[in-house]
Amino acid sequence: MNRLKGYFKNFWKYRFLLQEIVRKNVKLQYRNSVLGIFWTFLQPLLTSIVLALVFGGIFGQRSADVGCYMVYLLCGRLLYEFFTQSTKRAMRSIRLSASVIKKVYVPKYIYPLSNVLANFVTFAMSLLVLVVMVIYFKCFTDEVIIINGYALLAIVPIIILLVLSLGAGMILATLNVFFKDIEYIYEVFCMLLFYLTPIFYHPAQLGTHKLVSMGLMANPLYSIVEMFRDCVLFGRMWNWNHFIYASGFALVTLVIGFIFFQKKQDKFILHI
Amino acid sequence: MAKKAVTVDNVSILFNLNKEKVDNIKEYFIKLVTRKLHYNEFWALTDISFEIEEGERLGILGFNGAGKSTMLKVIAGVLKPTKGSVKVNGVIAPLLELGAGFDMNYTGAENIYLYGATMGYSRKYIQERYDEIVEFSELGEFIDVPVKNYSSGMRARLGFAIATAVEPEVLILDEVLSVGDAKFRIKSENKIKSMFDKGVTVLFVSHNTAQVRRLCTKAILLDHGKIIANGDVNEVCDIYDERVKSKQ
Repeated sequence: MNRLKGYFKNFWKYRFLLQEIVRKNVKLQYRNSVLGIFWTFLQPLLTSIVLALVFGGIFGQRSADVGCYMVYLLCGRLLYEFFTQSTKRAMRSIRLSASVIKKVYVPKYIYPLSNVLANFVTFAMSLLVLVVMVIYFKCFTDEVIIINGYALLAIVPIIILLVLSLGAGMILATLNVFFKDIEYIYEVFCMLLFYLTPIFYHPAQLGTHKLVSMGLMANPLYSIVEMFRDCVLFGRMWNWNHFIYASGFALVTLVIGFIFFQKKQDKFILHI
Repeated sequence: MAKKAVTVDNVSILFNLNKEKVDNIKEYFIKLVTRKLHYNEFWALTDISFEIEEGERLGILGFNGAGKSTMLKVIAGVLKPTKGSVKVNGVIAPLLELGAGFDMNYTGAENIYLYGATMGYSRKYIQERYDEIVEFSELGEFIDVPVKNYSSGMRARLGFAIATAVEPEVLILDEVLSVGDAKFRIKSENKIKSMFDKGVTVLFVSHNTAQVRRLCTKAILLDHGKIIANGDVNEVCDIYDERVKSKQ
């Protein structure tokens, strides 16, 4: 109990550092680019358009499963992008802050945490694109989008995703201190994850090969993306199995990540 | 009796270093399977104990590899001792390699807040000292230029200005009194002397016994991770000078 109190006291003392690093990462992300902050909106929009052009003919047929294909795509892509970007940056955070960690005492978890949070800020801003898209398709086309009170519940899958990203980020950051290969392996893993998450397709559109559906079920991002779409695209309550699996998976990941990080952090300085 | 600023109690550090650096998974597993994962164990510090009272200035002397930097890292809280404990009362400001906490793409002004936060200070606290920091660093209009475009002297000046403006209780000086040009060197020495007058506790690492005699009140001499002399600055410096002579 006392140790937990000590953690919180220490965290409270370094909350300014957390603020500063989040501020820095958000500010520096688009500095020196002409369009600056607009890339937060443009990037998901443009990549979704590309996906729609490529896969629209195959997976974009009108069906009750997909609804409005452009919004369907955007939902999946935004969440996937937040998860992979934040975990990738958290993974590198300890190595990139080596010069500070070697000189000054700071609670080291500040680095993965602030990187995930900084990405969360840009993610939250990019949700604006989704809002604009939903309004556009609802008002100017006859695409099927049902917006009602459930849209407010979209915050739940987002929080689950944040917890999951933080947990995964801490595990990756710890591993990356000891093995640099993790960066390359994770890159491949993210690509696999892109196809194993229903971003541009609906699971019902795939042949129901047992391995494929098992891979999908095991992927917590699948559950999170489905929950999110239920809220903002289909206007209905999510499947509670998705909720239980995703939130359980995220919490376990966070606990494992935190314990793993705490256990190994005193050795970081010898390896970075 | 004066309060203790730093208490170092029976500190030992065991380094568990690989003979070769193994930092990828392939090598790790090959070495694990072929049982070639050798570790070089050595004690960087053994049973170090000393105390510094508030306002005292301690010089740490020793040849290269004696464990001076390791000692400072332990006191700064960067390295955790294998055995023993270190207690520091108050805020500690390390002046080791100034500017290590800077982000190169950030401007000088932004880095002031970042560096301050790294030392645990709030934005408001730094804001109150902002003008003083900019003025002392003599950067003028360059404060709004990204730090990557600074010269090393400019970087060091800014780092020095921030670290001394926050009025720490314990100051760690690691051969930093050679910052910048002659003019700035005098200015920084004066700044440090004025901090002495305010009663800051100092840990100073140097090979230069003349400087240690001038700045410190007490000294310890380290050799191969052990304290071999501890006491008044002049006595310890004499022993160190003797050793230097006998080695030549």
